[in-house]
Amino acid sequence: MTSTALRSRAWKLLEMVTTPLLPSDYLDLVGPLRAGADLRGRIEAVHPETGDAATIVIRPGRGWRGHTAGQYVRIGVDVDGVRLWRAYSITSPTNRPDGRVTITVKAIEDGKVSNHLVRRAKPGTLIQLDQPAGDFVLPQAKPAKVLYLTAGSGITPVMGMLRDIEFDDVVMVHCAPQPQDVIFRNELHDLVADKKLRLTEVHTDTDGMLDIARLDELVPDWAERETWACGPAGLLDAAEEHWTEHGVQERLHTERFRPSIVVAGDGGEVTFSATGKTVDADGATPLLDIGEEAGVLMPSGCRMGICFGCVTPLKAGAVRDLRTGEITEAEPGVLIQTCVSAAAGPCDIER
Amino acid sequence: MTAIDPTAHLTAEQIEELGRELDAIRDEVIAGRGEKDAAYIRKVISAQRKLELVSRGVLLFSIFPPAWLLGTAGLSVAKIMDNMEIGHNILHGQWDWMRDPKIHSTTWEWDHVSPSEQWKHSHNELHHTYTNVIGKDNDLGYGIMRVDEDQKWHPFHLGQPLWNFINACFFEYGIAAYDLELGKNLNKRRRKNPEFRARAKAVGRKIRKQVLKDYVIHPLLSGPSFLPTLGATFTANLVRNLWTHSVIMCGHFPEGVQVFERRSIKGETRGQWYLRQMMGSANISGSKAMHFMTGNLSHQIEHHLFPDLPSNRYAEVAVKVRALFEKYELEYVTGPLPKQVFSAWHKVFRLSLPNKKPKVKTPDREQELVAA
Repeated sequence: MTSTALRSRAWKLLEMVTTPLLPSDYLDLVGPLRAGADLRGRIEAVHPETGDAATIVIRPGRGWRGHTAGQYVRIGVDVDGVRLWRAYSITSPTNRPDGRVTITVKAIEDGKVSNHLVRRAKPGTLIQLDQPAGDFVLPQAKPAKVLYLTAGSGITPVMGMLRDIEFDDVVMVHCAPQPQDVIFRNELHDLVADKKLRLTEVHTDTDGMLDIARLDELVPDWAERETWACGPAGLLDAAEEHWTEHGVQERLHTERFRPSIVVAGDGGEVTFSATGKTVDADGATPLLDIGEEAGVLMPSGCRMGICFGCVTPLKAGAVRDLRTGEITEAEPGVLIQTCVSAAAGPCDIER
Repeated sequence: MTAIDPTAHLTAEQIEELGRELDAIRDEVIAGRGEKDAAYIRKVISAQRKLELVSRGVLLFSIFPPAWLLGTAGLSVAKIMDNMEIGHNILHGQWDWMRDPKIHSTTWEWDHVSPSEQWKHSHNELHHTYTNVIGKDNDLGYGIMRVDEDQKWHPFHLGQPLWNFINACFFEYGIAAYDLELGKNLNKRRRKNPEFRARAKAVGRKIRKQVLKDYVIHPLLSGPSFLPTLGATFTANLVRNLWTHSVIMCGHFPEGVQVFERRSIKGETRGQWYLRQMMGSANISGSKAMHFMTGNLSHQIEHHLFPDLPSNRYAEVAVKVRALFEKYELEYVTGPLPKQVFSAWHKVFRLSLPNKKPKVKTPDREQELVAA
């Protein structure tokens, strides 16, 4: 018998020993970061960067496959007891000797996860991880000239790139409200002093928003440069338009945060994606009724919110709890009780 | 059913006001749910797993009597924790708000022969929606007993103290049969129903796994302690069954608990639903340890009012709920475990014999509504 077959037999036996739980439920008690476990990480340190940004040092579990500079990682953090998932760019180089990875988080207004990570996260805390993802990365072949165009926390994926690979000719244009808001400012200035980077800081509180036309003056050869841009939608829209106008759009690589923002309103178009039906729903009718009326096979139970027999994944959009008015937005793994939830905007129910 | 309706002194407005006050209690707990609660359930789960591991480990040496005793006691407690404070409550969705897929009503499986999916249907949906409604809530005597004067007597009921005792010893099997509605489904036509067959198969699979684990694998792993380990797991299952059966009997069977007619719940308002839960359930008084070992089902009244609130919050909710009982002059049925168990068994014995039909009935709400 091969060793794999032997191992799978041993595992089957172990499953019989631990039924109805799985062996991993017990192994997780001692080795949550072991190989073969669901991917998790442990926060080892939190270093403040600016008044509202911090770098989180994470020791990933053994199953971590490593990242490419510029990629992001989705993390699941328990905030007030509720597991919330967010994506953050990885800011550590790919060859960090201790195998740790870092993300750098800026606390945004009312941001549950970002504020928690920047201000309250404690070393030792376990978090959930996904494998790194994203195609905002450097090419295999080294470009001769590089431009990094960033604003605010858009600097984070670029910092991962800067720390990872040295190019001969790199220019960075970075926008932030004030000098003290520039994340990684000291490190950037060290790079400038070492002549490894040419940096232009745009301080929007005093200079105003960056007018993309000013690039001609800030970086005269911008059109010849392979460019990576990351920041708010306004900047990226302007950049895409500018690069396209000059016919060099293939040199521009962009990364957008928050690709869609849910606006929670009253009612909306409900898609039952497994069945392929789309119907209009008002903000007062339970989604269970909406689905049943549309002929979708909906699991149901007590129809009053007590039995949890109707829980269904919410894939997109937002719903309102008819009892409390609470809004729930779609996130991976979010399940809703369709009998007490109504559409709070367009949404996608996996039925 | 008592001859006098204990809620007759309440006006329709008062009942709706009571409902609003209960809603407010619920909202307050939900708004305050957070990190501490999440830490609580994680701690309980981790403690249960460690206790089970250690107990099973000790039982490997159960050929030595002290190890047998220690291991059996530990395993009994671990199984009770699994079924009561953890399994029952997670399957109620009490911890779904954490969005942790491992501690979720849709993924949890418990140390019990009834698959959690089937139990959720018969318990969460049928029993909790139709609490104590004759003909709708099968928990009233589990279909094998008569526990209210208004239920029709049959000579079969003469033996119900014995059925109840056997059911208590093998309670998890009783529950599995009950979830399958075996009594109803075993007739010639129904037992061929593919949906029933699939469910019966699932139960069979679960029983096989449970039995294999408790009575084959673990004893085999114990080698020379094979027989003592087998005896230990049997004992632990028996202890767990007797305990959970006692606790559950205390929830709806003691004297003073009301049952309702099928017609009385037609067009039931939120306030009336709450009132039925209040009058249809009974608590067990006792220490913190007692509440924990019953999975907080000692707070049965609070659990029935708010089945999806985290169990660790029932004790604080109970203070407020009890105040409402006093305000509205209703009887809060509670007592220490021995008293409640005795009261429930007393009823089982008493109603094994026929009785005269009570003359006065609970007012029929449907007629009331029409009259109004």
